[in-house]
Amino acid sequence: MAEVCFDLAGQVLEIRWHGRGGQGAKTAALLFAESALDTGMFIQAFPEYGPERMGAPVVAFNRLSDKPIGSHAAVRAPRVVVVLDPSLIEPAQVVKGLQEDGILLVNTTEDPVELKKRLGLPEGVTVYTVDASRIALEEVGKDVPNTPLLGALVKVTRVLEFETMMKAIEEKLADKFRGGKEKFIEPNLKSIRRAYQEVRC
Amino acid sequence: MILAKTGNEAMAYAMKQINPDVVAAYPITPSTEIVQIFSNYVHDGLVDTEFVAVESEHSAMAACIGSAASGCRTMTATASQGLALMHEMLFIAGGLRLPIVVPIASRSLSSPLNIHADHSDSLASRDSGWMQFFCETVEEGYDSLIMAVKMAEKCSLPAIVSIDGFILSHCMERIEALDEQKVRDWLGPYKPNWNLLDLDRPILVGPATLQDYYYEFKRSQIEGMRTALPKVQEVMADFEKTFGRGYGVLEEYRCEDAEAVALLMGSASGDMRQAVDRLREQGGKVGMVKLRVFRPLPHELLRKTLTRFKTVAVLDRADSVNSFVGPLYNEVAASLYGAENQPELLSYVFGLGGKEFSPDDAARILEGALAGRKDETVTYVGVR
Repeated sequence: MAEVCFDLAGQVLEIRWHGRGGQGAKTAALLFAESALDTGMFIQAFPEYGPERMGAPVVAFNRLSDKPIGSHAAVRAPRVVVVLDPSLIEPAQVVKGLQEDGILLVNTTEDPVELKKRLGLPEGVTVYTVDASRIALEEVGKDVPNTPLLGALVKVTRVLEFETMMKAIEEKLADKFRGGKEKFIEPNLKSIRRAYQEVRC
Repeated sequence: MILAKTGNEAMAYAMKQINPDVVAAYPITPSTEIVQIFSNYVHDGLVDTEFVAVESEHSAMAACIGSAASGCRTMTATASQGLALMHEMLFIAGGLRLPIVVPIASRSLSSPLNIHADHSDSLASRDSGWMQFFCETVEEGYDSLIMAVKMAEKCSLPAIVSIDGFILSHCMERIEALDEQKVRDWLGPYKPNWNLLDLDRPILVGPATLQDYYYEFKRSQIEGMRTALPKVQEVMADFEKTFGRGYGVLEEYRCEDAEAVALLMGSASGDMRQAVDRLREQGGKVGMVKLRVFRPLPHELLRKTLTRFKTVAVLDRADSVNSFVGPLYNEVAASLYGAENQPELLSYVFGLGGKEFSPDDAARILEGALAGRKDETVTYVGVR
């Protein structure tokens, strides 16, 4: 699989997450930023707060850089777009502003080549898909596509070392689920590993 | 230690390191988490604080006043309507010269109802006798809150430290946290000049002083604020010496040979910084002046700094609804009155109720400032 390797030198990598309330788009953005922090990067992670309710479309953002980050505005021209729910692709205009050499990563069963054709995306955009919902259902026992997508995101951006991220995420999950190692932490980590392996373009 | 913290988490973390004697608080969006996280610290025994859960912000500030008058290091946290409900009590804390310190996640005021960022809440408290500090980043908020405790106690003035609601309060950023023991040592114990519970030196707090002495009390309070600036600067210098992070009352960015500069407060300074870089690449002689301290107003420093430039765009994240200009513009204009080499002063209002402000918006303001005069008195950036 062709992998894009971001060279952060002086640049800010901007990511936009699309999900539905309850799917964990914000949590994923925060986890991704916290993991990146451990590699010495400057980070931002923040959601766009609208009406907050289960199922409503939500957006969250990441900025990663090797220099202090200035802007606090929402990301309008992302290099990477991550979609937690394929039903949002058209209504939430997920590809709006996506850079011409950007990456679209979607939680779907759809073939990435088909998806790219269907959306009429520019040649330079790389589309990746992974069935993160199925992975989550099989490993965690419920449809929480956010953590597996972290594995896929690291694979397609290579902005972080995979094992560094896994170590960071394990620590964060241990904080979150005190004493739930077998029940929550291991299944989540396994789902991230699987998405890392199963993402395709 | 490098940590990933949202603005609220960082403010609560600073409060843990400050370890105040008393926190009396009532939570409100977007600063709720400050109180929530801090109450966890209390529960986990990580602070020695007496936490007072009250039934409103008015009561929160009333409890803080009682606590501070009793000689305790006292804090709370709030925002928007919460600060508005404290309004009456803010003046009492100011008049009694009690060094209460309050982080706020700045948010618009109703109506219409809106939970997002602007500076309406803090600027509406402008005349209450509180010091006010505005921050650009999460780390700056964290540092400023720690510094504010020392400043407040040194000046016998209460202090508000503002981070922009959601934009900073809910944004996770990298902060380099300071060593807890070092912070506590640097602050040292609070030694009030007097306190209500000192039975060897009994005092009367809050009596009526009518035509005979009210004016003299007020004049003394005014003098307290007038002489606060050098003390604020001393604390910043001391903080830099101890922890290696330096801050100014106002901070210049690429202003050396600038013709036009933007003056503003808060998180939008980061967007302006990016816009300055962009225009500089194209040869535009532009810069930014970030104002960190709104009270005490550094009027002499503003005059000295701003008269070096041809044009100054003043950005207000609030409006006074005075049929004229924003509150910051008024203060800047008054500071410049009568100065030689007065710059052209342009007024911009932006970002009310969290309206997005991007580096593109900032760049357009700088371009306008480079071009000089504009037709309208105030430009309302991004309004439809």
